[in-house]
Amino acid sequence: MDFNFIKEFAPLYIEAGKLTFRIALIGIIGSVIVGLACSLIRYYRVPILKRIVGIYIELSRNTPLLIQLFFLYFGLPKLGIMLSSESCAIAGLIFLGGSYMSEAFRSGLEAVDDIQIESGLSIGLTNFQVIRYILMPQAITISFPAFLANIIFLIKETSVFSAVALADLMYVAKDLIGLYYKTDESLFMLVIAYSIILLPISIVFTITERKLRYAGFGN
Amino acid sequence: MQDLGINVLFQGRNFIRLLEGLWVTVRISLIAVIISILLGIVLGMIMTSKNPFVKVTTKIYLEFIRIMPQLVLLFLVYFGMTKVFRIDLSGELSAIIVFTLWGTAEMSDLVRGALVSIPKHQYESGKAIGLTITQIYLYIIIPQAVRRLVPLAINLVTRMIKTTSLIVLIGVVEVLKVGQQIIEASRLSVPSVPLWIYGVIFFLYFIVCYPITLLATKLEKRWNS
Repeated sequence: MDFNFIKEFAPLYIEAGKLTFRIALIGIIGSVIVGLACSLIRYYRVPILKRIVGIYIELSRNTPLLIQLFFLYFGLPKLGIMLSSESCAIAGLIFLGGSYMSEAFRSGLEAVDDIQIESGLSIGLTNFQVIRYILMPQAITISFPAFLANIIFLIKETSVFSAVALADLMYVAKDLIGLYYKTDESLFMLVIAYSIILLPISIVFTITERKLRYAGFGN
Repeated sequence: MQDLGINVLFQGRNFIRLLEGLWVTVRISLIAVIISILLGIVLGMIMTSKNPFVKVTTKIYLEFIRIMPQLVLLFLVYFGMTKVFRIDLSGELSAIIVFTLWGTAEMSDLVRGALVSIPKHQYESGKAIGLTITQIYLYIIIPQAVRRLVPLAINLVTRMIKTTSLIVLIGVVEVLKVGQQIIEASRLSVPSVPLWIYGVIFFLYFIVCYPITLLATKLEKRWNS
């Protein structure tokens, strides 16, 4: 191990880590919005839209992110849709994450008993109030473990963005290996960088899951 | 767009070559899946043990493998192992090693979860009516655990096939690489070819994974009711 090398190039990893983190954050927020919309459409069985959402979810869940990215980044420009590698990465992440989030929320929504909704309506709440105060709080608690697992999954998936020329952690590591032949040090820093991002989230995940189980939710 | 990029697909052996590329991906994932399921069942049973040393070791293995993106693991084995141990691993072999390590970790956790989810009184009732340990497992525990396990394990198979698409990034010639070669060969004469080839690869993956997902959903529905 050459620690001078590590010291010299650590800033590169920090920059790349920030980029990875930012894109993951935007992608996750987007996925939550798309997922929430899709799960509500499926839950309320909105005609036509329900079909479209169903097709989207199957397409997105049964294909790898890498292939989706290649299609977005190299295929779409031929139709006149040019995306920068960053917006392409975000679009890909939302396309993938939306369906995973939707499935997580849907299982939560379906676990809420019909009686809850009927009771809400019978005491004179509007449909929106029923969603806001009765359906969502319960559904979110039940789907929380799956939601957290999806967040970890999506952050891990960001590692393929180097394939569409985004200067993320993988890209920096590969670059350093190619330029200086410092394989051990570059890979070591890569592992550390991903641990710093993902380990705290994973620990929070384990603790929350245990807490929710005590509360009698999610079995 | 006066040229139709889809025609390139049927020129020469292009489509066959894509399918051969897809087979490389599927073969690697199948080998990894088979080994992982076998090792995962054994490891999952070991993980239910109360021994603290076993618990900590398996926990560290599981957490490390699950936290690291699979692409990082591929880099560690393909670039790291070769440098540290001075051995020359082919891309395919490193991919099989990585996906086996990862698949075993995921599978063992599923097996552990299925075994733990069986209430304690099932074991005790078996003992109370005088069954031996082997009989308890054979007739009571395993049939119930398998029902919870199989749909989840099938989902793991599609996840592994999808993740195997990453091997193109460590230089294995598979469906995406073949697609790139076809595109390079006809980019000048047919500018719209990337759209079609990447679109076709997208659907090839879908055609492979979708039936497996359907099977998992069906089994889950039947056994849950």
